[in-house]
Amino acid sequence: MSELTLTVMRLGFLAVLWLFVIVAVQVIRSDLFGTRVTQRGARREAGRQQANRQAPPQQRQQSGGGGRRGRNTPTKLVVTEGTLTGTTVALQGQTITLGRAHDSTIVLDDDYASSRHARIYPDRDGQWIVEDLGSTNGTYLDRTRLTTPTPISLGAPIRIGKTVIELRK
Amino acid sequence: MSSTSNPSTQHTSTIGAIGAPSRRNTELALLVFAVVIPVFAYANVGLALDDQVPAGLLSYGLGLGLMAGLGHLAVRKLAPYADPLLLPLATLLNGLGLVAIWRLDQSERLQASRTFVEAAPRQLMYSAIGVAFFVAVLFFLKDHRVLQRYTYISMAGALVLLLLPLVPGLGHNVFGAKIWIKIPGLGTLQPGEFAKIVLAVFFAGYLMVKRDALALASRRFMGLYLPRGRDLGPIIVVWIISILILVFETDLGTSLLFFGMFVIMLYVATERTSWIVFGLLMSAVGAVGVASFEPHIQTRVQAWLDPMREFELSRAGVQDGIVHSEQAMQALWAFGSGGTLGSGWGQGHSDLIGFAANSDFILATFGEELGLAGVMALLLLYALIVERGVRTALAARDPFGKLLAIGLSGAFALQVFVVAGGVMGLIPLTGMTMPFLAYGGSSVIANWALIGILLRISDTARRPAPAPVSNPDAEMTQVVRP
Repeated sequence: MSELTLTVMRLGFLAVLWLFVIVAVQVIRSDLFGTRVTQRGARREAGRQQANRQAPPQQRQQSGGGGRRGRNTPTKLVVTEGTLTGTTVALQGQTITLGRAHDSTIVLDDDYASSRHARIYPDRDGQWIVEDLGSTNGTYLDRTRLTTPTPISLGAPIRIGKTVIELRK
Repeated sequence: MSSTSNPSTQHTSTIGAIGAPSRRNTELALLVFAVVIPVFAYANVGLALDDQVPAGLLSYGLGLGLMAGLGHLAVRKLAPYADPLLLPLATLLNGLGLVAIWRLDQSERLQASRTFVEAAPRQLMYSAIGVAFFVAVLFFLKDHRVLQRYTYISMAGALVLLLLPLVPGLGHNVFGAKIWIKIPGLGTLQPGEFAKIVLAVFFAGYLMVKRDALALASRRFMGLYLPRGRDLGPIIVVWIISILILVFETDLGTSLLFFGMFVIMLYVATERTSWIVFGLLMSAVGAVGVASFEPHIQTRVQAWLDPMREFELSRAGVQDGIVHSEQAMQALWAFGSGGTLGSGWGQGHSDLIGFAANSDFILATFGEELGLAGVMALLLLYALIVERGVRTALAARDPFGKLLAIGLSGAFALQVFVVAGGVMGLIPLTGMTMPFLAYGGSSVIANWALIGILLRISDTARRPAPAPVSNPDAEMTQVVRP
């Protein structure tokens, strides 16, 4: 076997080995992004149209499902203060968890938040309830610290550390 | 997030559901890659040694591919959300180890030695058993929290495993280290490799229960949290056990591994830096104390401080009651002659190391034939396995799983450090094997089982929470009000 072939194979092998390492690191890279965040700043118009298109089926679903659900049913949760200001989550009957844990629905980047801080969920009547999950610094609805699961009224600020969220129509 | 810059204007981002891809296809692609690389290396060795593609290429490639395929199918079926990287990384290391062992089998110098046996076919068999163990762990261990029930049984089991080599008639002394046991008709076994896993289970179960007492009941003194005397109990017991291993089995590596693993897990459980300080102090005191009177350890330290002198004594055939070995120096020369890019597969002379070239010193073969670039890649592969283990620990939701994952990956990291450091002359050489690379059945099997447990924890951790089901009662039940 000629010297040249062997040299090419030697360098080729090292290149392939390093390629594997790099591919493996690329696979890891995707782990860094826990929650999928869609930026809609530039395409706000498009987003609004989409929201309009989606709205009727949602409402139909809600009015058909609950029966008792009135006009004051919130449709989204909005972060109004803190690092996540401007984030919205559509309320579709799912439980929303808040905390620093990476698998929370809203991952709080807040020194005063616990990893599993609080959750917001609908009860049987479709009334949204906020419950503190034994957090260190507490969850506040308006000014009062929560001790039991409490119904949320529209627009009432829920404070977790420096983050304030509220439910909106 | 860009929205932080203009908080007042509008709501610019929405958060969707967390996508929970199982990533099994990524794993499959990486596995194919991880099988192709060793096959390439195998062909390269054959071409370099006797100008032809080796005859066993097809069977070897198929064997490795079959093992990887079975492992993959098992993961797909039994742990669908497990980490996609661990299996390909382990497969690649195992495959490269097989190639290096086969390459050393071809060496005429080693073939001439009295104790020569074809190691590669055996290692392939051990690897197959290892993958079988891996599948068995995934199959029988449906939930890692089951292991929590066996906390104290694991402690007893680990102690028995560690003490087995000392039982007369069962223990098997190989070149000064008594870490093997001989099972008649089956060959030798290194129980310490399995004890590593069992002990991690015990530490995880124990620390999960006791961590608050260990972390909170302490006094502050000179910036360190001094634990209460009674909480020091377990660490002292583990320390004494590791010292006893060192004295009676003269095995520095295992002793360091167990004590180090305990200190790592203690630190993770309590978040107290003082444990690390205590651990380092105690292991230093223990190692120096034992080294001052144990001749086998003294020889190892001598060979570490002055490998050239050992080499000359061995060459001169000095008989002073101590086994002088030229291996340490030969390994350093192997690394040196490899340089940056290595000599190429099959073109080095690492067989000069002699009898342990394919087990304890296998890294020297890689160092010579693949050079610094290759060894760095290998160490990165190990680092990636450890990183995935730590990542699994971070993602795990239950404290037992967290501690177990960190313990297993910590033990894995320590083992790599102890072996690589020993072969490269950073620390005194110990009789341990490089996980997956080195020849040795116990090591390969135990490490495959370890990867299996990590995958199980990672599957539990990454599995998405079940979607909230709408409560049917909510629709059916009507509240009747008078």
